[in-house]
Amino acid sequence: MIYKKVNSVQDALRDVQDNATIMLGGFGLCGIPENSIAELVQKEIKNLTCISNNAGVDNFGLGMLLQKRQIKKMISSYVGENAEFERQMLSGELEVELIPQGTLAERCRAAQAGIPAFFTPAGFGTEVAIGKETREFNGKMHVMELAFNADFSIVKAWKGDTAGNLIFKGTARNFNPAMAGAAKITIAEVEELVEAGSLDPNQIHIPGIFVQRIFQGEKYEKRIEQRTVRERK
Amino acid sequence: MLTKEDIAKRIALELKDGYYVNLGIGIPTLVANYIPEGINVEFQSENGVLGMGPFPFEGEEDADIINAGKQTITTLPGAVFFDSALSFGMIRGKHVDLTILGAMEVAENGDIANWKIPGKMVKGMGGAMDLVASAENIIVAMMHVNKAGESKILKKCTLPLTGVGCVKKVVTELAVLEVTPKGFKLLERAPGVSVEHIIVSTEAKLIIEGEIPEMQID
Repeated sequence: MIYKKVNSVQDALRDVQDNATIMLGGFGLCGIPENSIAELVQKEIKNLTCISNNAGVDNFGLGMLLQKRQIKKMISSYVGENAEFERQMLSGELEVELIPQGTLAERCRAAQAGIPAFFTPAGFGTEVAIGKETREFNGKMHVMELAFNADFSIVKAWKGDTAGNLIFKGTARNFNPAMAGAAKITIAEVEELVEAGSLDPNQIHIPGIFVQRIFQGEKYEKRIEQRTVRERK
Repeated sequence: MLTKEDIAKRIALELKDGYYVNLGIGIPTLVANYIPEGINVEFQSENGVLGMGPFPFEGEEDADIINAGKQTITTLPGAVFFDSALSFGMIRGKHVDLTILGAMEVAENGDIANWKIPGKMVKGMGGAMDLVASAENIIVAMMHVNKAGESKILKKCTLPLTGVGCVKKVVTELAVLEVTPKGFKLLERAPGVSVEHIIVSTEAKLIIEGEIPEMQID
């Protein structure tokens, strides 16, 4: 067993520096690496390029890094919930690359799987395809997209073990599995960290080979973005 | 003129037994409330769930179980969670039978624009570009005219496109339109709305053949 556990978020993020390109898992505020984001704020690291489906909300998730102007560039698919993001983008303070969500996921997966590029029909004929190679397959036009090349991937799982194996819960899974192993160093934070051997190997979603460091997050707020309920009858 | 709920009700009539359906944010989400009796469909949400159920009862919300609109949801028996790459594999691989989404503009060649107003509003395309590029059956739920009374059903889209030549059908507060190789064909009109009203509310040319029936939504 190769031991991946580190004792603190500080230790896990010890070598994350200015100008780093970082992938961060999560969809909206669901399944985001809360503890690591808080640590990035603490460390006051600047000029980050963040690859993440969304940009959090104004005062939570990646929104906290945006407020402190720590992000130079965002690569996302949807940023509708963050007013500060929209303001920085429209004023030109923040560089933004908006890409289709499936393309974002696949560019992570391609990086994880050692595939340098792939063709997708998404975005053909739109401004997303400008400057990219296009090719026809089976009578349909496709756009060539490249695998991401990131320094760090920070993912969040429900449970993990000291070998770095991960299990996700519900839709908090989202981009986390495809980002694991998709950067030079993958850091996993989990709600519950157990000894290797305690998890059923049949139930593990992401093998520890994709993870370099794992730690148990100190606390999880798990904020809900849109609380929608129905009445009891 | 139809309400947003009525538009959802009309679109629900397009559901067929055994369909896997992806619902966009806004009016499309409401379609789940009007599944015709005797029909079994499963809703896919691109953030990674198949078999989406209704909103949870108060106190039973789970931050880890949301839909693509970031709303708390529940799951139905047979539901499954998966990651984003697999989710878009389902979409790109054409395993989803029907995609229902909103739009800012639709053109008579089937082009759709719904993600950006240059200089004003940029929310992003989310999964819409992947969905419209791959889905074989795309229905758009939208308002026929904007708040200024200008048509959103156009000869050519003016906003940045989300997808080209992909929309099959459009349901608005005024009409049901089919996108044909020759342009929009008027299929149905909203109860109490005249064909003339639809014509003046539509910038694109309409193909009108014979008597146009009223929508049957109740």
